[in-house]
Amino acid sequence: MPEGGTGIGAAVKRVEDQRFLTGRGNYTDDLNRYGQTYAYILRSPHAHATINRIDTAAAKSAPGVLAVFTGEDMEVGSLPCGWQVHSKDGTPMQEPGHPPLARGKVRHVGDQVAVVIAETYAQAKDAAEKITVDYGPLPAVINMNKALAGGALVHDEIGTNLCYDWEIGDEAEVDAVFAKAAHVTEIDIVNNRLIPNAMEPRAAVGEFDQATGEYTLYTTSQNPHVIRLLMGAFVLSIPEHKLRVVAPDVGGGFGSKIYHYAEEAIVTWAAPKVGRPIKWTAERSESFISDAHGRDHITHAKMAMDADGKFLALKVATKANMGAYLSTFAPCVPTYLYATLLAGVYTTPIIHCNVKAVFTNTVPVDAYRGAGRPEATYLLERLVAKCAREMGLSQVDIRRKNFIPSDAFPYQTPVALQYDSGDYTATLNAALKAADVDGFDARRKAAEARGKRRGLGFSTYLEACGIAPSAVVGSLGARAGLYESAEVRVHPTGSVTVFTGSHSHGQGHETTFAQLVSDRLGLPLENIEISHGDTNKVQFGMGTYGSRSLAVGGEAIVKAMNKVVTKATKIAAHIMEASESDIEFKDGQFTVAGTDKSMAFGEVALSAYVPHNFPHEELEPGLDETAFYDPLNFTYPGGCHICEVEIDPDTGVTTVERMTAVDDVGRVINPMIVAGQIHGGIAQGIGQALLEGCVYDDNGQLLTGSYMDYTMPRADNLPSFTVGTEVTLCTHNSLGVKGCGEVGAIGSPPAVINAVVDALWDLGVHDMPMPATPQTVWAAIQAARPAAAAE
Amino acid sequence: MPTVSMTVNGKQVSGEVEGRTLLVEFLRENLRLTGTHVGCDTSQCGACVVHIDGNSAKSCSMLAIQANGTKVTTIEGLANGDELHPMQAAFKEHHGLQCGFCTPGMVMSAVDLVKKKPKASEHEIREWLEGNICRCTGYHNIVKAIQHAQQTM
Repeated sequence: MPEGGTGIGAAVKRVEDQRFLTGRGNYTDDLNRYGQTYAYILRSPHAHATINRIDTAAAKSAPGVLAVFTGEDMEVGSLPCGWQVHSKDGTPMQEPGHPPLARGKVRHVGDQVAVVIAETYAQAKDAAEKITVDYGPLPAVINMNKALAGGALVHDEIGTNLCYDWEIGDEAEVDAVFAKAAHVTEIDIVNNRLIPNAMEPRAAVGEFDQATGEYTLYTTSQNPHVIRLLMGAFVLSIPEHKLRVVAPDVGGGFGSKIYHYAEEAIVTWAAPKVGRPIKWTAERSESFISDAHGRDHITHAKMAMDADGKFLALKVATKANMGAYLSTFAPCVPTYLYATLLAGVYTTPIIHCNVKAVFTNTVPVDAYRGAGRPEATYLLERLVAKCAREMGLSQVDIRRKNFIPSDAFPYQTPVALQYDSGDYTATLNAALKAADVDGFDARRKAAEARGKRRGLGFSTYLEACGIAPSAVVGSLGARAGLYESAEVRVHPTGSVTVFTGSHSHGQGHETTFAQLVSDRLGLPLENIEISHGDTNKVQFGMGTYGSRSLAVGGEAIVKAMNKVVTKATKIAAHIMEASESDIEFKDGQFTVAGTDKSMAFGEVALSAYVPHNFPHEELEPGLDETAFYDPLNFTYPGGCHICEVEIDPDTGVTTVERMTAVDDVGRVINPMIVAGQIHGGIAQGIGQALLEGCVYDDNGQLLTGSYMDYTMPRADNLPSFTVGTEVTLCTHNSLGVKGCGEVGAIGSPPAVINAVVDALWDLGVHDMPMPATPQTVWAAIQAARPAAAAE
Repeated sequence: MPTVSMTVNGKQVSGEVEGRTLLVEFLRENLRLTGTHVGCDTSQCGACVVHIDGNSAKSCSMLAIQANGTKVTTIEGLANGDELHPMQAAFKEHHGLQCGFCTPGMVMSAVDLVKKKPKASEHEIREWLEGNICRCTGYHNIVKAIQHAQQTM
């Protein structure tokens, strides 16, 4: 074994890096199938319009064109939604149809109108220019308040733009606490709409084998089995045994590649009609108008406190934008992944939250890194910061006063979740030290001497991830179970292939999961292969999202390995003529306790496949075990993020000078990878806070539709980060792991904005929307000047 | 259709292209060198950076025929057999990549930086990378990797 080990806790260098660093990754657009053709999707330029007529004749006769299809040609099922939320009156959510190619009406800029399939991509794109669509433009609704106040209907047939009107908690009881509270702090919050922008644009290759009747879809997905189920069962009526879905190397997802998209169904459906494989790859401009967006909440919230600043009750009312159609997970994001997080790390005894989900003529909105939990955390931590100001408490003191104490676990919140473990004081204390908060006053004074404003912002947060116990999510409207599966296949010479239903698109599973195997089975990494992403190889899987891969997928691997060890122990006992109970397995050796009789793991494996003297009634040949793991609870990572900004009041330019995060993600398998996940999440959080904002005009045209308009965080927008971990173990999985993929994006945005507000407070700026761009900050300073002068 | 000829990763290549064919399309489609990626359509993201006559350039922003007669190096041509280029090794050592999609362009750009400004400060490194977008790493470990490669290149 290499120096330093390859098991749990080792900062092993990633095994996947070699191929990515040498240009040998295998992304969907890198695939070139024999006889491949190319698809171009013609998209709606209108946010809302009837389709009166489509003339495709000229396109069909254009050079190289093999076929043109519209919604009238493609009579298939609706793109399904995987989660049903019920309104507070018990009625199910409104669930309008979502055809892969629009039929009769388009409902957002980018809606799919027709597909052209040609010998080359350029020919398909050229021919699409020859399609004439007679649109009847309709008024569009973009703003959620207008959509609810009698604006145009996105879906005429349902007669409303309200998807559901949901609540959690007892409103009357909460109101009664507010009526008697010593102090109430209120806040209005907008959680800005974001566009995920994984660097690899979505792509799909569909093909059909005439000989076997089997379809294959190669796609940029975080969960190929889910796509097989949704597309096969609900859209195209292809049974699983005739549909293979492969998600090869995938260049980032962040949630946006969870969902079943129209283009996947289009290329799969069209492949047998054209008789050749069809590749579609999004241009970035298409990604902006067709990948599911994230966030987009408008919220009013208030906290009731006693005279000492102890939280007594929280009341929240949120409007959540669904966009024009319900994407796969969309309804659960502002409800079960949002309102259930509103206790945060605090002992707030009673909470009410109402959520109205709204249809608008915009791209569908769904989970984006954190999904609901960043929205809850941003709301809560902005509100808590304001509470501290109004109560005359420090940002640290108000948090300490209201933290769930470390000896209170398991802790039942008033909003359904039961936290299993955590120590919020420990992460706060470690972050205070790492951020050198004691030295802040001196740094602030030094900044003032340079004419700059310096501010410090806090966020103490938790999230629920390791999604999710099937029984719980089933009771909440999920139409799927959220377990994970793994197969551990031991080969005759002792090497191992693990087939996992998790999918790696940057997370480094090929390394982290191999470390689990190395640790349990005592094998060197080069004897372990992690296989994922192909429904014809992996038995089943629910995929990767919600920071679930290790806590759920990793546990499934452990469970399968335990079965392997049990079976191998029987084999070793048989061969060494000992009792099973006398066999010890350690460091890859099966040993008869108290003797020098021992067999290496590889010897037992070989015996399993060369069973010359097995008692076959008692012992099957082979060593290959499958397990499904359904978690008992969510996991609850948490921590403290502290941001220090400096603002130039003359220009409004905000610079993040220090970003510190101390997170508790449970047991750390690979500290290098965990730190990398947290860095990336923080960058997206700072992006949301300072740079990124999706803007539509009133007609539903996307104004931020390219990298020239939508501000992606660049290297020179960000500092180096200070990150650390404090560990409390998850109590309900054997690894003690919680998940680290989303903490950065969840914890950091309120820390950044709280820092901006802190920097500008004395200038009279007491609120700040995201993204706090230079223009926004400068305008806020200007607007506050007369008011501050008058005070 | 016009014919273009160039040296790619030390090999003389030629092919017929349309006038509008971009260099990155020629590399990916004609030569099947799919390590060079396309991440945007506005020449912002830098996933397509290659070296042309020793200088980094975005291969989505020039026509294949403009590269006629040049020496092109792509990510596939950077390592010496199985031995990673010091910049590639530094990215692995410091976990400077996650999904790997921006990585080829990021590495090619970083190699050019260290050649041109061997002693670039962290601030200068970050400014240089303005034309390369990464969504995974937050750039923290990319900067560390480049600083490491400043010592090893």
